[in-house]
Order: sequence, then C-alpha cells, then structure tokens
Amino acid sequence: MIALVDYRAGNLTSVRKALTALGADFVTPAFADELRHVTAIIVPGVGHFASTAHLDEAWRAAILERVAAGTPLLGICVGMQWLFEGSDEAPDDPGIGLLAGRCVRLRGDTERRVKVPHVGWNALTPPSPAPSTLLAGVAPDSQVYFTHSFAPPVTGDCVAATTHGQPFAAAVERGNVFGVQFHPEKSSDVGLQILRNFLSTVRPAS
Amino acid sequence: MLSKRIIACLDVRDGQVVKGVQFQQLRHAGDPAELARRYNTEGIDEVVVLDITATIEGRRTLARTVHAVAQEIFLPLAVGGGIRTEDDAATVVDAGADKVSLNTAALRDPALITTLAGRYGSQAVIVAIDAKRHGDRFAVYVRSGQTGTGRDAVEWAREAESRGAGEILLTSMDRDGTKAGFDCELTAAVSAAVDIPVIASGGAGTFDHFTDVFTSGRADAALAASIFHYAEHSVADLKRHLRNEGVPVRINW
Repeated sequence: MIALVDYRAGNLTSVRKALTALGADFVTPAFADELRHVTAIIVPGVGHFASTAHLDEAWRAAILERVAAGTPLLGICVGMQWLFEGSDEAPDDPGIGLLAGRCVRLRGDTERRVKVPHVGWNALTPPSPAPSTLLAGVAPDSQVYFTHSFAPPVTGDCVAATTHGQPFAAAVERGNVFGVQFHPEKSSDVGLQILRNFLSTVRPAS
Repeated sequence: MLSKRIIACLDVRDGQVVKGVQFQQLRHAGDPAELARRYNTEGIDEVVVLDITATIEGRRTLARTVHAVAQEIFLPLAVGGGIRTEDDAATVVDAGADKVSLNTAALRDPALITTLAGRYGSQAVIVAIDAKRHGDRFAVYVRSGQTGTGRDAVEWAREAESRGAGEILLTSMDRDGTKAGFDCELTAAVSAAVDIPVIASGGAGTFDHFTDVFTSGRADAALAASIFHYAEHSVADLKRHLRNEGVPVRINW
C-alpha cells in the first residue's frame, strides 16, 4: 500500500487517476503514524512552497524514519522541491533536507522570450550516461509537462536536467529518494512510464 | 527548449462536441471522450473542454463530460464556460480538470481570479479573453461575444496576470471559425504585455497559420477545434510541419 500524502497543495485527482491506471493500491493517510504501514510514499503538490508547512514535525519525523528504513519516496513538483533544504519561494519554511541544495526562482528573459512561470512540455536531458531508475525505458530528450516558477539546482543527485533560461534538476535520485519537478501524471505515456519505474522499486509488504 | 503547445478545444453542449462559426451556426462534431482519446493518440499537448450550454441541466452534464474526458487522457485538462463561482470551479476540478478558465465571471468579479489562484495555485487559473478589433485596438467582449465591456484586451490581460491568472486564453472573435488564420497582431500585443503564457485561439485553418502565430504572433500555445474535429488534419502532421519550420514542438510521445 502506497501513501499519497495530501497536505492541501492543490488537487490530487490526476495523481490518483494515474496510480489507479497503473494498478497501484494507495491511501491518503490522515495522520503521520499511518506511514508505518505503507510500502512507498508519494508527496505530490502544485502551488506554493509555503503549503508544505502543513507537513509538520510529526510528518517529517515519520517520513525520515521510513526513508531511513528503505521505503521509496517520490516527490512531485513542490513535493520534490520539499526534498531539498528549502526554497526561495518561502524562505521561512524549511524543506525536509534529504537532498542538498536550495530551490531558486527561474529567471525570465523578455529578450529571449523566456517566460516565468515555466508552463508546458520540455525535454529531459540526462546529465551523464549514469543509469537511472526513474528514466529506465524513457528515450533521451523525451518531453514532459512542467508548471512551476521555482526549481531545484543541478547537483550530483540529478538524473535529468531541463533548461528554461537556465538548467535545473528535472529528476533526482539518491538511494530510495526520488523527485520529479514535472508532472508525470500529466505527461502522457512518458510520465506513466516514469511512475511505473518508481512503483517497480516498491517491495511488497512483508 | 520549451515546446510550443498544440491544444485541442472541445466546445461542448449537452454532452456533445459542437462547433460554430464566429460564435454562431453550431454543428455536431462528436463524443468528447472519443475525440479526446483520438487526440491523445495523435500527440495533442493539452485539451480544453469549453461548455457552451448555459442551463443548469447542462452544468450537471458538464461534470460528467469532464470526468469522461479526464479518464481518457494523462494530459493537462482545462475546463471553461459558465464558471461563475468558486463552487463551479470546485465541481469541474473535482471531476478531473487541472485548470479552470474564467471569462465573464473574471470581468464581473476579478477577485475570483485571486480566490481560485489562492485555492488551487495560479497554474490552475486561466483567464479567457474574447477580443474584437476596434480600429487599431482590441476590445473585450463577454457573454459568448454578445456584450461589449469597454475594456482593452492588453490592459485586461495585464490586470488578470496581476490578480493571479496563470495563463491567458486569447480568442479573436473576428477570426473564430473562419479558418483565415490567427490574429497575430492581437496575440503578439498581449503576449508582449504579460509574463504568463498566452494561448492563441480563433482562425486556425492551415498549418502555416500555426507557424505564423508561434513566430510573429509570439504565442506560447495555439488552440484549435474544427481543424482537428473533422479529421481534416492530424495533430501529428501539424507537429511534423512545425518542426520542419523550426518551431519547437513535442514529437515523441
């Protein structure tokens, strides 16, 4: 059973629909201690980084405990940004800090017609030929759907970068911690493949 | 590089897709879920369901239609037409819409833009602007293009952005359904005035019209209905054409 963490950052209808289509069993836990019984955790999110403040100390402790025990964790969009140390969008709200770095605002550029927010389909470029769990079976330069103004930095954990005025981390992996800045649930077959790849890391409940 | 989006619009009345010319003379074009499925296969980037029924009965049908379309696609889905209140927006979001498109209601009550942006995020709020040429300016119309507002399209787009809109859906009433090409001057004027993406609508007839609106029109996305519904042209062929013209599009889906 997978936990889809609902912290009131936008609606989860699309993520639910994608997980259902992939045959995944999931719950949206009301309390952090319910995470003890799940085989994977997904932190979705659209909207503002400040809404992650709803993930209080109890949730953070429960998620950190599960991640340390090897449970796969996937952050989507704001949920991915939250995996880092924080975001300039809400400087007073720290991220969970599983990944090093801070999220920054993308810079627009009227001259080069780079608009912020970054909305639409853009390409995933693997920074190195290193093997990636999330991108298995995904052709290089496949396009996925983004909608965001802030983005995480390209660090050693980045398995796919995207450029919009500047390069940023579109997908990250560090052990059992995964994150995608784009919306796999709205990225057609490529997105479903990436979600399927995450689900493939989930071990059945013992 | 960010791709230019091709968006299919389903104008829906009583659960069926219809299409008119300059907002009149409606004809039937098929089942919304079936069309959405076909467009998804062909590589459409996004789908808009626009409800052109105004009755209470029709609104109940809309939620069912949105749900049926949402089941067919894993793509961004926007819904507009007759969304007047936060509750109307919640109904279509709960049915599976990722974005709501406000038109008349946004002009009458601009605070609704901010309310919905606060609840769902700016990325979920589109402000639709129907504009008609008045000399060298562009005037905003509401109520399916029947009523003038005295507002200027460029100025209203700026205000919508400042109130929290995440995108502008800009329809040229002069070109709607004519297949005479997008109004590139209108689109460029609005696109240059705002930082949020502008979706051009009204007038798509040939592949070159799309090239034009993405280059001289500075559009971030282009929306069309009839050019796709009657299978005159496939989305895949359009995208290949655009790629050959040097317009960035999503090809591998």
